Amino acid sequence: MIKSKTAFAPYLVWMGIFIIVPMILVGYFAFTDQHGAFTLKNLAEVGQYSNVFLRSIWLGLIATVISLLLGYPLAYLISRTGSHRQGMLIMLIMLPMWMNFLLRTYAWMTLLEDSGIINTFLAGLGLGRLHLINTAGAVVLGMVYNYIPYMILPIYSVLTKIDESVIEAAQDLGAGRRKVFLKVTLPMSMPGVISGVTMVFVPSVSTFIISKMLGGGGNLLIGDLIDMQFLGSAYNPNLGSAISLVLMVLILICMGIMNQFDEGGSEDGEGMLI
Amino acid sequence: MENNTIISLQNIDVSFGKENVLKSFNLNIRDGEFVTLLGPSGCGKTTTLRIIGGFITPDTGDVFFNGKKINDLPPHKREVNTIFQKYALFPHLNVFENVAFGMRVHKKPEAQIRETVGRMLEMVNLGGFARRSVNSLSGGQQQRVAIARALANEPKVLLLDEPLGALDLKLRKDMQTELKKIQQQLGITFVFVTHDQEEALSMSDTVVVMDKGRIQQIGTPQDIYNEPQNAFIADFIGESNILDGVMHRDFLVEFAGRKFDCLDKGFRPMEPVDVVIRPEDIEVVPPVEGHISGVVTSVNFKGVHYEIIVDVQDFKWMIQSTEYQEVGDEIGLILQPDDIHIMKKSEYSGMFGDYSTFSDEMEEDSQPAEEGEEAES
Repeated sequence: MIKSKTAFAPYLVWMGIFIIVPMILVGYFAFTDQHGAFTLKNLAEVGQYSNVFLRSIWLGLIATVISLLLGYPLAYLISRTGSHRQGMLIMLIMLPMWMNFLLRTYAWMTLLEDSGIINTFLAGLGLGRLHLINTAGAVVLGMVYNYIPYMILPIYSVLTKIDESVIEAAQDLGAGRRKVFLKVTLPMSMPGVISGVTMVFVPSVSTFIISKMLGGGGNLLIGDLIDMQFLGSAYNPNLGSAISLVLMVLILICMGIMNQFDEGGSEDGEGMLI
Repeated sequence: MENNTIISLQNIDVSFGKENVLKSFNLNIRDGEFVTLLGPSGCGKTTTLRIIGGFITPDTGDVFFNGKKINDLPPHKREVNTIFQKYALFPHLNVFENVAFGMRVHKKPEAQIRETVGRMLEMVNLGGFARRSVNSLSGGQQQRVAIARALANEPKVLLLDEPLGALDLKLRKDMQTELKKIQQQLGITFVFVTHDQEEALSMSDTVVVMDKGRIQQIGTPQDIYNEPQNAFIADFIGESNILDGVMHRDFLVEFAGRKFDCLDKGFRPMEPVDVVIRPEDIEVVPPVEGHISGVVTSVNFKGVHYEIIVDVQDFKWMIQSTEYQEVGDEIGLILQPDDIHIMKKSEYSGMFGDYSTFSDEMEEDSQPAEEGEEAES
């Protein structure tokens, strides 16, 4: 047996180099100007972009809620089908994830463009064309499409672990289908919902590819803003770091609020399943 | 149908795929009775319970509750409650809310809920546990919560599916006494499923012995033990020496190479029968004084008594005696007429042999004793 301390060492080194050091660097850049002198100017400047922050959080929230409303029933239905089919259905849900993220989003571009497939089809039917691309709706669609598997999988995994006899016990005590769901299945699946919400919300808020490709110039998100500070025209790594830092704090706060919801449910800390 | 029958199962057939689990099954349960369904695993006892609970719909046959047909009534509308094998408590609710679940579903007033839950938790000795998480409780405590939860709904019938199976021996004995006490206090019908014959004998008013989807015998614990109807029951309940015999006439039976007086009658002259002799009924005497005699092949100390295996003309008898015998000694056995119980031949005849697996050979092939000793010790 390797002593647990020695076994941990490679991970600790890895975490040090690739997680801790970059975080310190982000912090360092956020609080300095381009000459390396301490300043709060960057953080103060972040305030100018509050509308971008609000838009990101707002669109992220919408995408998360839609993913939850679509994903939960699907996860529930899959967990109820025969075990033979379950594997195939889950595979179908994961299938798009095997394809490159960029490619998937490009595909949506060609579908949604003014002269894209959907509009050509609508025009062919004699219906008018719709302006789909470069709207907030297109961005939300992209988020839901790309991240909904991360909602479905944890919910599905929690639902399949619910013991059938617990459901029977609820029926036995007088609960009909609706009450069994509301009083037993739903509360018992909350840990899965919390993980799903976190795993859809966090990448949605910080995405930049989806908004860049489907949102056009009018739907700038935090991700795009950060992207511009490092690689784009507005080159300013110090400001970019400050924005990242604020984003991180905001996400931490959001997750803290969500975990509060979980508190009541399971006290024995099986909260995050995936 | 008797007028105090609360549950009646009539001509029930159930099969899962190709396997027939219950075959033309008939059972009447009286109001206020403690009934135990007893049998080996796979005998259909849990299926019977789930039919009463509404979780399985029989392929054919009818289920009556208080004279009303309830075949198609879903579980949540039945006036029965179940205690499940693994308790099936709600992990997201504390002890209080688990017990209150049924009443909340039925929208009972808050004051009544609080009063009833308090009373139920007192009854199962969990007074101070209301706010505890069910995950922090021991198996025995979880079991008590499950009992309180089922009883808080004031069912007319309580169904118990091997509720004590997961508890250790000592706790199981305590819970047996407690369950029996609760049943007598409340005066409601208990339908209890178990494979533990001792549990069945000590708790029940009526025991229903089942095997292969059929009822083998229904009776009081004393009936079942003293007057088993076939070799399966004689072997399953307690220890038995089961021998082939011939009924010469009323009150005279021949087995083990000689004739014995007995108390049984009503057989054809010279009808082949199964003879049951309980190990604790046999009296040990010096060889010359005995009805039959044999050589001691093994002796096991069991605490209350010795378990002695005696070879009588190649048939291995089991005798339970408080007196020690030396292996290799010849001893005599005396059988009084009321020690002998005669059964008609059945499909089980010959399936349960003597106690030869108990001798030295057993250690070599290391087979578990087929009498199920292991399960209980």
